Amino acid sequence: MKNRSRIQILYFLMAIILFAVGIFQSWNVALTIFNLCLISSIMTLGINVQWGNAGIVNFGVMGFAALGGLANIIISMPPTSNAWETGGNFIVIGLMIFVLSIIFSVFMFKRVNFNKRIKYLISFLIIFVGYFIMRFMVDSPIEQIESIEPAKTGYLGGFNLPVIISWPVGGLLAAFAAFIIGKISLGLRSDYLAIATLGISEIIIYILKNEDWLSRGVKNVNGLPRPVPYEIELQSREWVLETANILKIPLPEVSSIIVKLSYSVLFLLVLLVILYLLQIAVKSPWGRMMRAIRDNEVSANAMGKDIKKRHLQVFIIGSAIVGIAGAMLTTLDGQFTPVSYQPLRYTFLIWIMVIVGGSGNNFGSIIGAFLIWFFWIQSEPLGLWLLSFITSHISDTNLIKSHLLENAAHIRLMFMGMILLVTLRFAPKGLIPEVKR
Amino acid sequence: MDFLNGITLISNYILIPGLTYGSQLALGALGITIVYSVLRFSNFAHGEFMSFGAMTSILLCWLFLSLEINLNPLPTAIIVLPFAIIITIFYCILVDKIIFKFYRRQNSKSVINLIVSIGVMFFTGGLIRFIIGPGDKNFFDGERFILKAKTFKNYTGLSEGLALKTTQGITIVLSIILVVLLFWFLNKTKTGKSMRAYADNKELALLSGINPEKVVFITWIITGTLACVAGTLYGLDKSYKPFTYLHLVLPIFSAAIVGGVGNPIGAIIGGFVIAFSELIVTFAYKKIFFYFLPNYLVPDGLLQILSTDYKIAISFIILVLVLLIRPTGIYKGKII
Repeated sequence: MKNRSRIQILYFLMAIILFAVGIFQSWNVALTIFNLCLISSIMTLGINVQWGNAGIVNFGVMGFAALGGLANIIISMPPTSNAWETGGNFIVIGLMIFVLSIIFSVFMFKRVNFNKRIKYLISFLIIFVGYFIMRFMVDSPIEQIESIEPAKTGYLGGFNLPVIISWPVGGLLAAFAAFIIGKISLGLRSDYLAIATLGISEIIIYILKNEDWLSRGVKNVNGLPRPVPYEIELQSREWVLETANILKIPLPEVSSIIVKLSYSVLFLLVLLVILYLLQIAVKSPWGRMMRAIRDNEVSANAMGKDIKKRHLQVFIIGSAIVGIAGAMLTTLDGQFTPVSYQPLRYTFLIWIMVIVGGSGNNFGSIIGAFLIWFFWIQSEPLGLWLLSFITSHISDTNLIKSHLLENAAHIRLMFMGMILLVTLRFAPKGLIPEVKR
Repeated sequence: MDFLNGITLISNYILIPGLTYGSQLALGALGITIVYSVLRFSNFAHGEFMSFGAMTSILLCWLFLSLEINLNPLPTAIIVLPFAIIITIFYCILVDKIIFKFYRRQNSKSVINLIVSIGVMFFTGGLIRFIIGPGDKNFFDGERFILKAKTFKNYTGLSEGLALKTTQGITIVLSIILVVLLFWFLNKTKTGKSMRAYADNKELALLSGINPEKVVFITWIITGTLACVAGTLYGLDKSYKPFTYLHLVLPIFSAAIVGGVGNPIGAIIGGFVIAFSELIVTFAYKKIFFYFLPNYLVPDGLLQILSTDYKIAISFIILVLVLLIRPTGIYKGKII
């Protein structure tokens, strides 16, 4: 059981590192890192199901995470007064007409027997007409909705439900998107699939950035409700005051640590549930079938496995997990900022985590997420320290030195690249390799 | 007169910008297509290679300007370009020798190579930001316009102006020269032919005595040249910001795929298809109708198909459409 001892050593090491941050820097920082590590590890689990078990390259992490974030708005924000009356219904109907026109054109394309060119032309025309009907219906209501107190609202708002519901809903939204994306692109070869998913996730981000009536666009949605109490609330509670007295830590710090700890508990619960389900799935005949498809599609097909369907299935499951994590991330941030979704941070960093941790091994993905996220956060001070060490004998007025120190923050991209390249070169199976079954 | 005005309007807002952006995309897509057909992987680091080329151009520009060498009225970047190309080629070959060669020897799957290229992308991106900083750098100097809108108006007496920026002129001319050179190399020289043979059928090429390392070497020379020129031109035209090049990778990939990956002519056509559709879809047609239709027929509203905010998203939409309808691209891919 070489793997088991590896898991134990690495997890133990990670715990020590986080404790060290808690003791030497502050517990607040340690918990912030820990929370984001938990969310990242859920995302990596989602990608690992797809890549590690089924060999599907999904570069759309960013889009699915953003859809999870959108679920936060739809579920938890209060509905904007008058927005629905002024034209929310028109928007919904308009969108439905557009969607129906797409469905109708696809249906027609599949069922009607014609010359292929004519079929394309007709399908295109139907969608085109549907699009313009939608624009005709939607344009002025959107303008009206966006003009309702644009500084504060200017969007439809949500259903005013507890924010925790948005986590599963985020998963569902992502699953729905994954169904469509999978239908479009899963037939492609791996390279094309990677580019297509990346492109579609960019489209999702563009929509969220520009459709102000839905997500307030670049104006962001602030003040999302929380599943845990606020710091101010806690500070007036008896037991919080007592703990602060006993531990001799200032009250604000205690309260923010309690808030972060309660987030950690929630996230850990979600992570454990997902991990448990995935472990069962991987060990089950279903997991064996997925690996068989991954290793040899032709022979799996010959054994009567429906590869397209299975790929779609695993694509939806993995993306839904990413969506859940994305919803949790937005809840943790307390705001939805479409601009912050960058492929470097969401898609590629998550992929580095999966590769470094060990593709095909769930425990590996988790430790990969923890280690890489920790490095991503800490490599900024680390780079600064490294550079000041190297340049310590140069005088402070030197232009090169000041330039180097100024740009030290960007050394972390280099670190990440190097970590990925070194892993792929010397340990292509990652820190905790896939279990040979 | 109205008709001429309309034509001028179209050429000013669609034709010239489309040609410029299209040639930049085409040069980038050519680089990706050539790496894909010879080395058989999608090179995500290509955007950063372009950024690297632009960065070296900027650094050399600063050096040349401090030595007071310039080419007024043309931008200094033109004299600098050959040196920047050499440095970029050197960097590409260095990366290949240290990183890609190992996986080529192992005959790794193309997905693994793709992930490796993401590692290279991260590293190069970090290196660039580390050297030149993340900020905005404008390194254009010399005369701004070849043809000013005002001069055009005075000259022709039309109410619409037609402007041609120096950068646009340079981009189009340089792209044509580069593409002609590339096709001459691929089709007429022996080395180019051996490269095509290698891309077409690796085993057969090896059997007929083509040296694979030499082919790879030349591939990186071409890629480095294309990346450096494309990156510099893009930076010259729109001012240089390191992070824009990451976002440029996707339109470039779209261009390569739309045209048919592995086919150089396809890459060029793909570049122009993407560039022109971005402009055509986001163009406000109101003014055109104003010129071409009688007054009472001109509708109000801007008459945009999609708002300008979606400009870059259009390249992805086209990519998805092409993947859906004709995954091989306009030209069937995989042949040089």
